[in-house]
Amino acid sequence: MKHKGRFGNFGGFYVPEVLIPALEDIETGFDKYRNDRRFVEELDDLYRNYAGRPTPLYHARRFSEHVGFEVYIKREDLLHGGAHKVNNALGQGLLAKYMGKKKLIAETGAGQHGLATSMIGALFGMETKIFMGSVDVARQNVNVHKMKLCGAEVISVSGGTCTLKDAINDALRYWTSHIDDTFYLFGTAGGPHPFPTIVRHFQTPIGTEARQQCLDQIGRLPDKVVACVGGGSNAIGIFSGFIDDADVELIGVEGGGKGTETHEHCATLVKGSVGVLHGAQTYVLQDENGQIHETECISAGLDYPGVGPEHAYLKDSGRAVYTAVTDEQVLDVFELFTRSEGILPALESSHALAYLVKQKGKLPKDAIVVVNLSGRGDKDVSIVEQHRPML
Amino acid sequence: MGHYQNLFKTLNRTALIPFFVIGDPDEDTSFELVKTAIDSGADVLELGIPFSDPVADGPTIQKADIRAMKAGMTPAKALAFIKRISDYKPLPIGLLVYYNLIYQYGVQAFLTDFKVAGGTSVLVADLSIDDADEIAPAAEAAGLETVFMVTPNMSDQRIRKVAERTSGFIYTVSLLGTTGERTGLSDMVKPLIRRLKELTERPICVGFGISTAEHAKAVAQAGADGVIIGSRIVKFIEGNLNDTAEMKKQVGTYIQQVSKEIARL
Ligand SMILES: Cc1ncc(COP(=O)(O)O)c(C=O)c1O
Repeated sequence: MKHKGRFGNFGGFYVPEVLIPALEDIETGFDKYRNDRRFVEELDDLYRNYAGRPTPLYHARRFSEHVGFEVYIKREDLLHGGAHKVNNALGQGLLAKYMGKKKLIAETGAGQHGLATSMIGALFGMETKIFMGSVDVARQNVNVHKMKLCGAEVISVSGGTCTLKDAINDALRYWTSHIDDTFYLFGTAGGPHPFPTIVRHFQTPIGTEARQQCLDQIGRLPDKVVACVGGGSNAIGIFSGFIDDADVELIGVEGGGKGTETHEHCATLVKGSVGVLHGAQTYVLQDENGQIHETECISAGLDYPGVGPEHAYLKDSGRAVYTAVTDEQVLDVFELFTRSEGILPALESSHALAYLVKQKGKLPKDAIVVVNLSGRGDKDVSIVEQHRPML
Repeated sequence: MGHYQNLFKTLNRTALIPFFVIGDPDEDTSFELVKTAIDSGADVLELGIPFSDPVADGPTIQKADIRAMKAGMTPAKALAFIKRISDYKPLPIGLLVYYNLIYQYGVQAFLTDFKVAGGTSVLVADLSIDDADEIAPAAEAAGLETVFMVTPNMSDQRIRKVAERTSGFIYTVSLLGTTGERTGLSDMVKPLIRRLKELTERPICVGFGISTAEHAKAVAQAGADGVIIGSRIVKFIEGNLNDTAEMKKQVGTYIQQVSKEIARL
C-alpha cells in the first residue's frame, strides 16, 4: 500500500493479505482520479443534477424558539434517496466506473447506504449486491423494497448480531473471492484504508457548502456544529468544513440506546476502548478479552460497535467532542421537531437534534448552532409508530 | 534452522496439519478431539482462538468460533489449553489469531505466554505483510517463529517480502476467498506452489479449502511441505454435536485416511 492511512495512531488496514491487492487498487484509482478534471466535472454535474446539491441551510425558527438559541439545519435530507449517503455512493460509484469495475457490493444498516448504492448501480448499469443484517432487513423493510426496485440483490446476513457489523463481515468475505471485477462501495468513514479517506473526501461538500452558507446567510461562523455519528461519514463531512476554524466547536452525537450505563447502546467513542475492528485501529465496544460487543440502538444506521478512525483521532486530540443521547430522547425530539418544522428527521439525525434539546437554557440566545440533518425520517415512521402509537 | 524446517526435513514427506478452534464445541471435548488428531497422525497442530468477527473465515469456522465462545473460551484459557496439549505430546503448535485479541492482552505478553505454553509460531489472520512490524519483532523476542500468508493474487515482489519476514513457514492460501470446504481443489494452487519454489526456500504449507484426501495428495505431489485442513475437520464436530464419541471417531478416521494417503507418495 502506498499510504499508511493513519490518523494519529488510528486507522491503518488490518485485513487478511488476500484483500490487499483490492484495497491497493482502490487507493491507486482514487489517487489517479480525485483531481482528474473530467472526473471532477462529471461528479460535480451528478451532485447538482442527479443528487440535488447544494443542499439548503435552513433557519429552523420554531425549533430555535423551543431550545432558546439559533438553530440552522443543513438539509442533507433533501438529497435524492433521502440521505447524505448518495454523496459517497456517487463519488465511489463514479470511481468504480472510471476504474472499469462492473459490479458493486455494499453493506448497509438503515438501508440508506444500500439504497444509495443501488441507485448508483442502476444509474451506471452495474450489477449490485447489498449485504444487510437480517434484523435490519426486518426493521428497514421499505428500503429493502426500494433497493430491489433499483435492481439490486439484497443478501440477508444472519451471522452474529444480524446487524451492520455482520453485514460488513460478510461483504468483506464476499469481496475476498470477487476482487477482480467487484468494487466494494464502503458506506461510512470507517473500515480499512483507503475507505476513511475516500468517504471523507466525497462527503466534504456538506462542510464546504455549510461554511459558505453560514457566512452568506448569517454573516459569521457558527458556535457549534453538531452531527450524529454511526461510522462517522455525515459527521466528518460537515466537520471537515470547520476543522480549521478553532472557535467552532465540533460535537458528535452517538446512540445512547437504553442508556450508556447499560450494555444496550452503541456509543463507541463515549464508552469504548481502543481496539481493531473491520480493518481499522479505532475505538470499539468490546469486552476485556477483545471480543466485540453486541450493540443496541433504535436507529439502525448508528447500531455499530466501531467508528471511523478519524473521529477517534479528533476525540483524543480534543478537536471534537462526542456525547450520546438515549432512544427516548430521540423519540421525543423526532415528535417535537416534526411538529415545529414540518420536517421528519431520520432517527439517526434526530440524535443530533436531541443533543440540542439537552442544551436548552445552557447557551446564550444569540448562539448559532448548525445541525447536519443527515437524512429524512420517512423510513422510520413505522418504528416511531411502534414506540409512540398515535391513538 | 527453524523448528518447522527441521521437522519437514526429517519427515521427508508432506506434513499433515489439522486445524481446530480451541474450545469447540467445549473445552473438554475440544481437548479430546485434538488428542485424537495427534494419535491419528497429525504432524503439526494449527489452533485458532475464537473471535467474534472472523472476517477471514467461512461459515463453518464462524460457527465453531461461536460455539467455543458460548462455551466460555477466552485467550487466557486458550493458553492453558495449549499447555495441556503440549504436555500430552509436544508437537509443533502454530497459532491462528485475530489481531484485536492479542492487542487487548498485550502483544508481547501474549506471545511470551504462548511460547511458555509450548507454542511454536504465530499467524495473525488480519495482519498483512505490510504490518509485519506489529508482530515479527515481538514474536522473535518471545522465541516464536513467524508465519505470514501468501495468496494467489500476490505480486512476486510482495512474495519476496513475505519470505524475508517468515521464519516458520509460508501459509499458502490455495484460493481467493475465505476458509471453508470446497468440492474441487483450486486450480490456482499448483501454479502458486511452483511460483513460490522459484522465489523462496522457505517451507510451504497449503491451506484453505483442502477437503479430501485427494486434495491433500495433489498438494503434496505439487511439493508442499505441509497441508493444513480446517473446515473439513470442524465439520465433523458440527455434524455430531450430540454425539462426542462419533465426533472423535470421524475426526480420527479422517486424519488416519489423509495421513495414509500422503505417506504413500
Ligand atoms: C440518515 C443517516 N444518518 C446517519 C447515518 C450514520 O452513518 P454515518 O455516521 O456514516 O453518517 C446513517 C446510516 O445509515 C443514516 O442513514
